[in-house]
Amino acid sequence: MRASSTDLPATIEISLSVNGRRHRLSVRPWDTLLDVLRDTLDLTGTKKGCDQGQCGACTVLVDGARINSCLALAVMKDGAEVTTVEGLAKDGELHPIQRAFITHDAFQCGYCTPGQICSAVALIAEGHAGTREEIREMMSGNLCRCGAYANIIDAIEQVMGEQAKGGARGASRPDERTAR
Amino acid sequence: MPQTQHVGAERDRVDGPAKVTGHARYAAEFPVDGLLYGVIVTSSIARGRITAIDLDAALAVPGVVQIFTHRRRPESDWYKHDFSDDVAPPGQPFRALYDDVVHFSGQPIALVVAEEFGIARHAATLVKATYQAATPETDLQTVAHYTPPKARNGIAPPPARRGKAGDAPLRVEGEFRTPFEYQNPMELFAATAVWDGDDKLTVYDKTQGVQNGQNQLAKIFGLKPDHVRVVSHYVGGAFGAGLRPQYSLFLSAMAARALERPVRVVLTRDQMWSIGGRPATIQHVRLGAGPDGKLQSIEHDAVGSTSRYEDQQENIVNWSGLLYPAATTSLGYKLGKLDLVTPNDMRAPGAASGVFALECAMDELASEAGIDPVELRLRNYADRDPAEDKPFTSKELRAAYRLGAEKFGWGERNPAPRSMRDGHELVGWGMATGVWEALYVPHTARATLTADGKATIACAASDIGTGTYTILTQIAADALGLPMEDVTVCLGDSKLPTAPVEGGSWTAASAGTAVHIACSELIGKLLEQARRLNDSPLGAAGRDDVVLAAGRLQLRGDPAKFVTLGDALRAGGLDHIDAEGSAKPDQSVAEKFTANTHSAVFAEVKVDAELGVVRVTRLVIAVAAGKILNPKTARSQLLGGAVFGLGMALHEESMLDHRFGRFMNRNLGEYHIPAHADIHAIDIVFVPEQEDHLNPLGVKGVGEIGVVGTAAAIANAVHHATGVRVRELPITIDKLLPGL
Repeated sequence: MRASSTDLPATIEISLSVNGRRHRLSVRPWDTLLDVLRDTLDLTGTKKGCDQGQCGACTVLVDGARINSCLALAVMKDGAEVTTVEGLAKDGELHPIQRAFITHDAFQCGYCTPGQICSAVALIAEGHAGTREEIREMMSGNLCRCGAYANIIDAIEQVMGEQAKGGARGASRPDERTAR
Repeated sequence: MPQTQHVGAERDRVDGPAKVTGHARYAAEFPVDGLLYGVIVTSSIARGRITAIDLDAALAVPGVVQIFTHRRRPESDWYKHDFSDDVAPPGQPFRALYDDVVHFSGQPIALVVAEEFGIARHAATLVKATYQAATPETDLQTVAHYTPPKARNGIAPPPARRGKAGDAPLRVEGEFRTPFEYQNPMELFAATAVWDGDDKLTVYDKTQGVQNGQNQLAKIFGLKPDHVRVVSHYVGGAFGAGLRPQYSLFLSAMAARALERPVRVVLTRDQMWSIGGRPATIQHVRLGAGPDGKLQSIEHDAVGSTSRYEDQQENIVNWSGLLYPAATTSLGYKLGKLDLVTPNDMRAPGAASGVFALECAMDELASEAGIDPVELRLRNYADRDPAEDKPFTSKELRAAYRLGAEKFGWGERNPAPRSMRDGHELVGWGMATGVWEALYVPHTARATLTADGKATIACAASDIGTGTYTILTQIAADALGLPMEDVTVCLGDSKLPTAPVEGGSWTAASAGTAVHIACSELIGKLLEQARRLNDSPLGAAGRDDVVLAAGRLQLRGDPAKFVTLGDALRAGGLDHIDAEGSAKPDQSVAEKFTANTHSAVFAEVKVDAELGVVRVTRLVIAVAAGKILNPKTARSQLLGGAVFGLGMALHEESMLDHRFGRFMNRNLGEYHIPAHADIHAIDIVFVPEQEDHLNPLGVKGVGEIGVVGTAAAIANAVHHATGVRVRELPITIDKLLPGL
């Protein structure tokens, strides 16, 4: 086999804080954040569903904002704070969204679930969604082929309601709730 | 059944914590030392021969370890072995890298293996194939249609025609079309193969049948079956795409053996169009009825697509002979060979397509006769299976119509099309019937109970998101008198007790019964030990006299008489006890009865009067499916089925460019599946149904039934809203606008 090292781009040193832990990483310029999380750091909770920014399964929080990690090159995120689904539970306590997903059976196969959960955490923090209609619209970048959508919205709405207790947020049209 | 606490009750999914924390590992996620990454290169033509593949540039990339093609693969006689599998249709299954023949666009023609995924992906772009291309045929309308010479196992050909075509006073007739659809589970197909020497193989695979894959690998590589292990603890959706072993399984194992290192092969989303999908259909339905709406004749003919190399078959038209009685029933089913990959069974295969056509035609008949669509179905209600003149094991469809209609408010419906409006939107209400088989097939499970009162259940079945882990935990917990936390269920591993592929909605009934029997057998064995004790309080007890509760084996009628689990095991000098149980269908049941699940689907749509945009604002599905083991997870399955049916109605279509024989929209941005914003209120109504014949649990399964009828109910609602009949799915704006 021939070997011409000029063909391979050199690796670049970056620093990433993932779920509160700092990593010094040597990555190639073509490595996506998604592949670095999954293959280098073994944080396989972040899923690869399309690798082209169309399904949302790879959603993570970067400096608090939700992004598709398959569309971000790792070198672009040098120095960033990344939170993946593995970093949401604190001291063994599930994040309220994670608990609500279990309570409302907001997943089946579980493959879109980490992306849905990260997206929901960011959605609530963004503070733009008040109604079910708005939650649906702003969660539409996260596809779920098992069709757990109604339960996902129930879960998010419950947590939004809890967090906005006493406030005007989390309003919903009761007739649109799916029946138990 | 023993004392019931969990079965029939809403319980959270036991695999929930693993899934919401990201700790559940799927096929491409098992860390392996020394792993190599395989990336597949696919054909750019649909039909012809590969004349050359230039690998020079790709092989020159540092980090590329090997590239496999049909000319560069290990010398052996693997390709002489049988590639077929448990669910293969008649024909010669596709063999990746077999020879220079191209059968379909997107066919794997090379596997690039490298030290890093990025390197393999880059090198794959440098592989250049040249072809001698032939003109592909991919238009189902224009190819020859034929009756498959050999029936597919498990798929009954249409029954012979009954009666003669008469002159019914009322007639409706229509051609219906359904497009190529693809399962597109969120998880990409993937396999990670690890060899131990040259004769032992483990593969972490995405599959609905670990033992189906195990057996195929054993045949291909000439291994003892028990030297092959296929593991698939979690499956990121499949919907039928994982019933047959996919080429990622073979390619990873082939490359790993040749390179003596583990190899992981993951498909791209684009490549997910090269592994099957729902066949396109062209259907003709003709109904004849009296003025009272009573059917006199049902004629339903369908053509489905298949590949040139296999005769994939599904049951598209037989439902039309089953749902309604008519003196004349004529059903026909043919295939058309296309230069595409063989289709496979996509959720509710056959029924999703065929019942769509029938139930739209029934709606047209209701309009023609001036009879309410629900009333029309009640007038044509089949109390016995009209095709085989047998009773049903149970059938509460009549109650489903009633309860669904009540929940929906159907009684308020004005029958006239375009009679309801909400601002700029036309409102329509439509309904349809759904039906699926209630299947019950052999499964074996093992139950193990240790002295500390912890149970383990083992079965090779898969949980593809259906809730199998959870319902088996419930069944075992009840049978063994344990809290659910003390029961661990192990699935998706070929070394576990035998199970077929997970499909057909049969797993809950079949694996569930196997677990139920295994637990019962275990208690019987425990009783044998307990009776060995001196002065055993259970000395005279038989198996049916005792129950296990809170770690005590006690008399059913006198709980004060008991032997503890610890004492019973000690009596036999054991630290654990185990037993196997098998679900064994009683052939006489199938001979005497017909077994189905049924549903009544009600849909409300709102259609923008000027733009033709359709929204499904309400869906009510009333389902009669026997005993519901866990209303929470069952409801989720049915919600998912409803969403699948909604996608079929409004969104899903793989579009072919016939010039190249290639699907054009091979990605989730252009192959539309429902997103959050598309899904509004969905109500699931469980119709009480006592099932006494099919299996000891009285379970029928709910994986498929939510899909069937949903597209028809939506299409019928669109007609009610707009007055436009769209007989070709999906119902898109271009088909609606001309009639608005």
